[in-house]
Amino acid sequence: MADYKGVMVYGESTDGKLAAITTELLGCGRKLADDLGQELYAVILGSDINGLAQEAIAFGADKVFTVDDPLLKDYQSDSYTPVMEKVVKEVMPEIILLGQTSLGRDLAPRLAFRLDTAVSMDCIDLSIDPESKLMLQTRSVYGGNAQATFTSESSPQIATVRAKTMSSMERDDSRKGEIITIEAGLDPSAIRTKVLEKVIEEVEGIKIEDAEVVVAGGRGIGSEEGFKQLGELAKILNGAVGASRPPCDNGWISDSSQVGLTGKIVSPNVYIAVAVSGASQHMSGCSGSKNIIAINRDPDANIFKASHYGVVGDWKKILPAFTSKVKELLDK
Amino acid sequence: MNMVVCVKQVIDPEAPPASFKINQSDNTVVPPSGIPPVLSPFDENAIEAALQIKDAQGGKITAVSLGINLLRDVVKKPLSMGADDLILLEDEAFVNGDSLSTAYALAMAIKKIGEYDIIFCGRQAADWDAGQVGSGIAEILGLPCVTLAKKIDITNGKARIERVTADGYEVIEVSLPALITVSNEFGEPRYPTIKGIMAAKRKQPIVWKAADIESESSKLGATGRRTKLLKLFQPVREGECEIIEGESPEEAAVNLALKLREAKVI
Repeated sequence: MADYKGVMVYGESTDGKLAAITTELLGCGRKLADDLGQELYAVILGSDINGLAQEAIAFGADKVFTVDDPLLKDYQSDSYTPVMEKVVKEVMPEIILLGQTSLGRDLAPRLAFRLDTAVSMDCIDLSIDPESKLMLQTRSVYGGNAQATFTSESSPQIATVRAKTMSSMERDDSRKGEIITIEAGLDPSAIRTKVLEKVIEEVEGIKIEDAEVVVAGGRGIGSEEGFKQLGELAKILNGAVGASRPPCDNGWISDSSQVGLTGKIVSPNVYIAVAVSGASQHMSGCSGSKNIIAINRDPDANIFKASHYGVVGDWKKILPAFTSKVKELLDK
Repeated sequence: MNMVVCVKQVIDPEAPPASFKINQSDNTVVPPSGIPPVLSPFDENAIEAALQIKDAQGGKITAVSLGINLLRDVVKKPLSMGADDLILLEDEAFVNGDSLSTAYALAMAIKKIGEYDIIFCGRQAADWDAGQVGSGIAEILGLPCVTLAKKIDITNGKARIERVTADGYEVIEVSLPALITVSNEFGEPRYPTIKGIMAAKRKQPIVWKAADIESESSKLGATGRRTKLLKLFQPVREGECEIIEGESPEEAAVNLALKLREAKVI
């Protein structure tokens, strides 16, 4: 273990900027690195990734390793895993953090097994044990019904981190750091997959991850028509519409609106849960919301245990009256 | 097309949260009384994916499950849905592992099965929610792996897969053999037919112990763990819910709006 040093954050970008999850990881990684008295690294893979390294320094990294190669244009485990293996073997970080994103979910386990080590997925809390100096990795398990704290007994220690569970540092463009280029050294013939197309399913209005208000519906909404009614309330509140899993599986609303363990993680100011039972899998995606408001006909529904305000009753009667009163109050 | 589907018996994730209990003394979950275990729902999506390929172009589906105290009614579900064979890795030596040691045992069993074009897993098990075993099996067997599939088409020895992303999906082509993990967006798994249930009743699963597969015992189960579970606990739910009332549902709705405005929530 003595040969491994430093905390490495895997950097992702959206629209040419560091992704929010990456600045969160840098904030968390900075604390871990400081606790260990070690450096914070970022590693950025891709094609035409100019500017990202400087941004990673501004958000807390001491050193940034970049691998810029046309073969890394799209994420594929067959190309990214060997490149990350090469970077890790050169840099020898003690800890590697990735986001629990569609990339992180795929890359982290594959990389861990390639390096003959372990990974804890979807962590919500990370800290350094003062005695063993190992990283304590706390993650939600059993669909959010329980949490578990693990340590890894092999190096490097790898974790993926759930969005919005860590705080970013303030951006400071005067921070100094070192940028180091590493060659990809990829053999194109070893890449057995091909990305043919990327499809973005545009959702009207504000993105659910960025919305200050989310109006979410559950199985009890019962139809696509019902979700249109939720949409009206969301529009008045300048918010977005979300859903638990059953409405998405039933096609009442787009899959990308799913909030929960296997969907989006949101932490808006206001989360209005309509006819949502409050299964732990769903609550995993919204429990960070500042105000949770529940409308449900079942007074014993789990959702009321997690809510701040609630009304017990049939949403079909409550929602229209609530929507028009909210509109009246906001129009004043 | 030879297909292998890995399935896991889990505590019913749809059981009411109040039934969920932990035994603090040994960091284990107490199976809820009166609520039978089920196949992990994502694994049923994986079986459905294999069955659709079998329906379209024929083939053989072997389901593999690892664990102890496997209820035959639960683990035989792939057979009743239409899978051909069931292999159970039912041995103390296989259990209490982590993702890597579980993936290792499954990979060695699949090696013994021998012929496969596609290995399917659910995107994650509904108990530990790690989502690593599929990637682990692929890594050990040296296969390409595509995770989070919501649609799969097979043409000319290649699979074309729609992989779920945060804002939509990407279309990925992969050469076979390959490992594919299946997400719930794939669609509802089919119900077993009466005929399927009868056939599954007659069929005996093949049980393999650690000695039946070529494996290094140091890599199996609890011995093969790379992670140590320090603590398993239930998060404390904080706060009280203020229930807003009214003479009628409509009045309660108006009172809720007024309350939220007063509390400056909206």
